[in-house]
Amino acid sequence: MSAAAFTGSEVTDIDAAKVRGAGSNVHFDKVVVAYGAHVVLHPLTLDIAPGEILAMIGPSGSGKTTALRAVAGFVRPRSGRIRIGATDVTDLPPYERGLGMVVQNYALFPHMRVEDNVAFGLRAQGADKALIGERVKDALATVGMATFARRYPRELSGGQQQRVAIARALAVRPRVLLLDEPLSALDAQIRRNMVEEIARLHRSLPGLTILYVTHDQTEALTLADKIAIMRDGRVCSHGPTTELYRRPPNRFTAEFLGRANLLPVTVAEAAGPKGFATARHGDAVLTSAGRDEKAGDKSLLCIRPQHLSLTADSEHTNRIVGTLREVHWQGELTHLVLDVDGTPVRVSATKLPMALPEPGTKVPLFFAPADTSLLPEDAGV
Amino acid sequence: MSEALAIGAPTARKREPGRLRIVPPAALLALLFFYPLALIVRQAFLDDSGVANVPEIVRVLHSRFFLNALINTVTISVTATAGCLIVGLLLALILAFVPFPGSGFIARLIDTFIALPTFLVTLAFTFLYGSAGMLNSGLMEAFSLPLPPVDFLYSTWGVVLAEVTVYTPFILRPLLAAISLVDRGQIEAASVLGARPFRIVRQVILPAAVPALVAGGSLCLLLTVNEFGIVLFIGAKGVITLPLLIYGKAIQESAYQVACIIAVVNIALSLGLFGLYRFAAGRLGV
Repeated sequence: MSAAAFTGSEVTDIDAAKVRGAGSNVHFDKVVVAYGAHVVLHPLTLDIAPGEILAMIGPSGSGKTTALRAVAGFVRPRSGRIRIGATDVTDLPPYERGLGMVVQNYALFPHMRVEDNVAFGLRAQGADKALIGERVKDALATVGMATFARRYPRELSGGQQQRVAIARALAVRPRVLLLDEPLSALDAQIRRNMVEEIARLHRSLPGLTILYVTHDQTEALTLADKIAIMRDGRVCSHGPTTELYRRPPNRFTAEFLGRANLLPVTVAEAAGPKGFATARHGDAVLTSAGRDEKAGDKSLLCIRPQHLSLTADSEHTNRIVGTLREVHWQGELTHLVLDVDGTPVRVSATKLPMALPEPGTKVPLFFAPADTSLLPEDAGV
Repeated sequence: MSEALAIGAPTARKREPGRLRIVPPAALLALLFFYPLALIVRQAFLDDSGVANVPEIVRVLHSRFFLNALINTVTISVTATAGCLIVGLLLALILAFVPFPGSGFIARLIDTFIALPTFLVTLAFTFLYGSAGMLNSGLMEAFSLPLPPVDFLYSTWGVVLAEVTVYTPFILRPLLAAISLVDRGQIEAASVLGARPFRIVRQVILPAAVPALVAGGSLCLLLTVNEFGIVLFIGAKGVITLPLLIYGKAIQESAYQVACIIAVVNIALSLGLFGLYRFAAGRLGV
């Protein structure tokens, strides 16, 4: 099976089957990491399935990089075990774990040419010369850097260096690829392109398990099959990306993973067979996707800014009224900030009425029940 | 045009005092450094009547005592520098990558060697490894030996060991600075890719440390070529280096012209090494 090149224009013969499948799942079993008395990772139990991209996101100091470094072998857990496939790697040194890693600042060896950087891991593992040549060629073609093989890292742009770093990690055919904020050092435009290219790369190497640590929710949402949101050394939510985005289980997840408006409501009627509950916000009676709330529960109704509309239609049956406070035009999108009974509500709209209301005027907002979810009011985590 | 001239004229006048400011330090340098140096060179190449004394120069340069001293100087300085590089590199790697309580204190302690007079280490070595030193006394007592078993101090190896001890910090300091600049990400990436520690040192750390090794090594070579105190203090039989030979000829034998000829060779050797150091440092961007 051939992998499409990073650029989409070259085709290589990197055999996806060799890096996929059996033996590439990662399992954290009650892993605790502490520096002295300071616990940075509380008992973490998490699975990454073979071929899955798991994005770990969270604010600085939330423990996401520590978790990745524990898999790499740079941080020794105080307790718990880490397994890759059937192998317990907790006590193995990094060079025996069969991984690839790409870090924020590329970490290319500056005194080596691109081809030698990519060949480094293969040479370290004692591969024969012919195989090294073949793999280097394939890996560079995969990331669209075949013509840069004789260059030194200092002769490349940031994006090109990051591609070389990815090629270097792929050349050893790792069981798991660890990406530690790999795009943070790049410009916004290059970062967007690289996210798309990594997604394309993973489609061409579907068996490659990736642990992707980032603080950028857009990267996580674009790339990940599943997301684990970290906070204070704990996983505060974990699940399929779309599910976590559409039905965040708690306030932190709702606010960290994309912007969310959280309206305080009181549940009027628990969710029925179709999964919709009724809730009150002031005088407004709203229908929302519910979980196991009971009538009378205080809850938060989560609605994303892009799901709010200034016009009603057959789907947008929920209606609230707010006072327009601010309007921010950003080209493709216009952001409105409204005050709904003391709660700031943001609206992101691609299409707006020709005559936009003046700030200070009352504006009705409409949204579909299917675009909402209820979360417990007191669930900070 | 006239404006340009009007602007240009004061600028030209302003430069004059700047140029004159170089005169006092240049005169001081000439008086304290170049003039004595010129006297040595003159004494080496000319006889009392001011005529070039080529036969004497040729005789000295072909003499056994000069050639022995030259060989000893080169042997000791190259060996000591190699020793400094090896010990310095090992110490730097340990201090940088094998964290242990007090490693910072030890690094600073090693630094203090730079501040100590060179003969002090030799004196300490006499107490430790000398005929009546702690090591020999202990061994003689423990094994009832009639003679001191350890007898390297009063030889070339004693000089080399003392110089390695004294001059290793000159390698260690720049090496620690260079290693601290090596991106830890590179080391970690190498490790994850399957490289064991020795390969990482060889292929990742050493290339980054080359400028520091070259700079420190050149400085060591320069200092050990001119080392006088250690060689004199150890007083090893038959271990005469160029500085010691100059001292002996000038002070003990009053053969000033011979001393000056050897001194000129010593100076040429030092300047050559210094030039090499500057060239290497410039090429490597030190």
